[in-house]
Amino acid sequence: MSDTEIADIETVPVKRPTRWHIAVFLAPAFLVYTAVMILPLIETLRLSLFNMVEGQLAFVGLNNFKTLFGDPRLSADFWNALRNNVIFFIIHMLVQNPVGIAIAAMLSLPGLRFAAFYRSAIFVPTLLSFVIVGFIWKLILSPIWGIAPSLMDLIGLKWAFAPWLGKAETALIAVSLISVWQYVGIPMMLIYAALLNIPDEVLEAAECDGITGWSQFWKIKLPLILPSIGIVSVLTFVGNFNAFDLVYTVQGALAGPNGSTDILGTLLYRTFFGFQNQMGDRSMGATIAAVMFLIILAGVALYLFVIQRRMRRYQF
Amino acid sequence: MTRILKSILFATTVLAPAGLVATGASAQTATLTIESWRNDDLPIWQQKIIPAFEAKNPGIKVSFAPMAPTEYNSAVNAKLEAGTAGDLITCRPFDLSLAMFQKGQLASLNDLPGISNFSDVGKSAWSTDDGKTTFCVPMASVIHGFIYNKKAFTDVGVQVPKTEDEFFAALEKFKKDGKYIPLAMGTKDQWEAATMGYYNIGPNYWKGEDGRKALIAGKEKLTDAAWVEPYKTLAKWKPYLGDGFEAQTYPDSQNLFTLGRAAIYPAGSWEIAPFKAQADFEMGAFPPPVKKAGDTCYISDHNDIGIGLNAKGKNLEAAKKFLSWVASPEFADLYANAAPGFFSLNSSPVKMQDALAQEFVSWRQNCKATIRPSAAVVGRGQPNLDLEMWRVSANVINGTQTPEQAAAETQKGLDSWYKPAK
Repeated sequence: MSDTEIADIETVPVKRPTRWHIAVFLAPAFLVYTAVMILPLIETLRLSLFNMVEGQLAFVGLNNFKTLFGDPRLSADFWNALRNNVIFFIIHMLVQNPVGIAIAAMLSLPGLRFAAFYRSAIFVPTLLSFVIVGFIWKLILSPIWGIAPSLMDLIGLKWAFAPWLGKAETALIAVSLISVWQYVGIPMMLIYAALLNIPDEVLEAAECDGITGWSQFWKIKLPLILPSIGIVSVLTFVGNFNAFDLVYTVQGALAGPNGSTDILGTLLYRTFFGFQNQMGDRSMGATIAAVMFLIILAGVALYLFVIQRRMRRYQF
Repeated sequence: MTRILKSILFATTVLAPAGLVATGASAQTATLTIESWRNDDLPIWQQKIIPAFEAKNPGIKVSFAPMAPTEYNSAVNAKLEAGTAGDLITCRPFDLSLAMFQKGQLASLNDLPGISNFSDVGKSAWSTDDGKTTFCVPMASVIHGFIYNKKAFTDVGVQVPKTEDEFFAALEKFKKDGKYIPLAMGTKDQWEAATMGYYNIGPNYWKGEDGRKALIAGKEKLTDAAWVEPYKTLAKWKPYLGDGFEAQTYPDSQNLFTLGRAAIYPAGSWEIAPFKAQADFEMGAFPPPVKKAGDTCYISDHNDIGIGLNAKGKNLEAAKKFLSWVASPEFADLYANAAPGFFSLNSSPVKMQDALAQEFVSWRQNCKATIRPSAAVVGRGQPNLDLEMWRVSANVINGTQTPEQAAAETQKGLDSWYKPAK
């Protein structure tokens, strides 16, 4: 049956029948994606324009946003969360991505032994559940049961140990570095793939011109992997401003001490679902979610329309 | 081919639901679900309380469905709004349950047989402000104090402290000795600092009910000396807490004490059962030390847990039967002994077997009891006073905020919404 159909299409290439199969094959993904992603997104944005007025859900225009930025308590919480989130992102950009690139560069060196092992070992944390990562690190860093204090004692660094997760000055950095540890595998993999894509001829030509070692990395390889670094940066940006899970498992929903690890995701959680004696407020939660969406949208748009267009691409 | 497909469609869409209906109809027993935040109590309910009820009431099955304490209020509210909540709702005291009643989610229990077994004080946490309607059956109260390791006290030669000076002298002695961590408490989870710290020692300063009522009436402020002093005392605890207490969680503190590594544990009486199960040394308890010997002592005896009826539940009759059993002396006896540390609010006296629980409850005779200050009336608004006190108490112990700053911050939050009746 199928043979004849294919033959038909091949013999009459001009007058094609309507290609229903495209719609049919796209439909499941489209429907599922619409149901679980697009509709909730629209519904959240809609909810952010509504609030309870005398016990009834009513349209209030941009009043929720006015409250979010105008109310002294809520706005203080929001700006604190945004500032922490920006720091969280900066630490990822300064530590996770350069380290990922460095590891990828080392892995792609010809003649490195056990490269496959290192590659998998560094990538494994990315596959672990955030719950596991959170609890492992909470235990490692625990001043009471953790191995960090005793390990540091072995090399005479006991004095440098502090209950990092419990101090307002260090908690955010500690949580960020845990997240870096978990996700460093992603930039590594993407950059590694990009590095492997560089044709040997280009590198050999560079060597003929006397460009080797570090200068080869800076002058030949880095410009060729810039588009990948751009993609990695966007992924980091989106991931960081959506982050919630790790802070929740390590520091709890209060994101303590004293709100020092509170990022937009945890603020959204507490506002939307409530916490202990604080009742959930769906409308304000949706408002914060809408602001998060706009921040991420703005960041991605900035990348797509300003940075990516100016990036030079090389064809081999 | 199409015929097979049609028959499959027919089977899945028409026959399967029919089968479900058939099995559903065959079930005759009513199943009651209890929503609760007490996941520590799951074995007690499953092994002792529910079998005792089911044995007497054939045809009613009860299932206990606890969830994480911090998620309980919002989750149960969402369930009530969506109409998927269980028939029986465990009630937090005061303002949270009152809000549920006012929304019509909890039913009035004024005509429940057995509700007269409770005094007005016992019912106060689950009654309307005018005291006319009660909407939850009171189950238990918890008392704050300090649990101590008797072995550690004899080892180091410390007497049980009665006054604050003796208390700090004892802590100092433990610190000098170095074998035990003087106080097992951390600030990472924040609520320990307020619940086991501020609410525990505070009543001695603000004179229990007098201070609490004056705060509600607007005659006292959180910035008054009586409310700032306890923060100052808390700040003095810092040197006696374990290394790295800033990152010490609640389970960490519990384990430190039950492993015998700490001498004193600022406690709530709900710790008695789990501690008994884990610690292999003798434990004693003392109430929060008073300032000078002979001062009246005040304790926090907090109505903590009740159980109410989901007004839109499916098995109202069976649920009421269960609730009037909860109000009976039989349940009071069963619960108080199965969960020592949860003290019955039933008017009929309950005989408790547990010595440590008896010790806690004996303070009621000499000390004046009060409840947690943030629970009633002043706990109704945003920002939530209870959560604010968690945060600032932790800050004060960590040394990142002075007692005065902490008090000013909580008062500012309270002022933003609370206008005391003039």
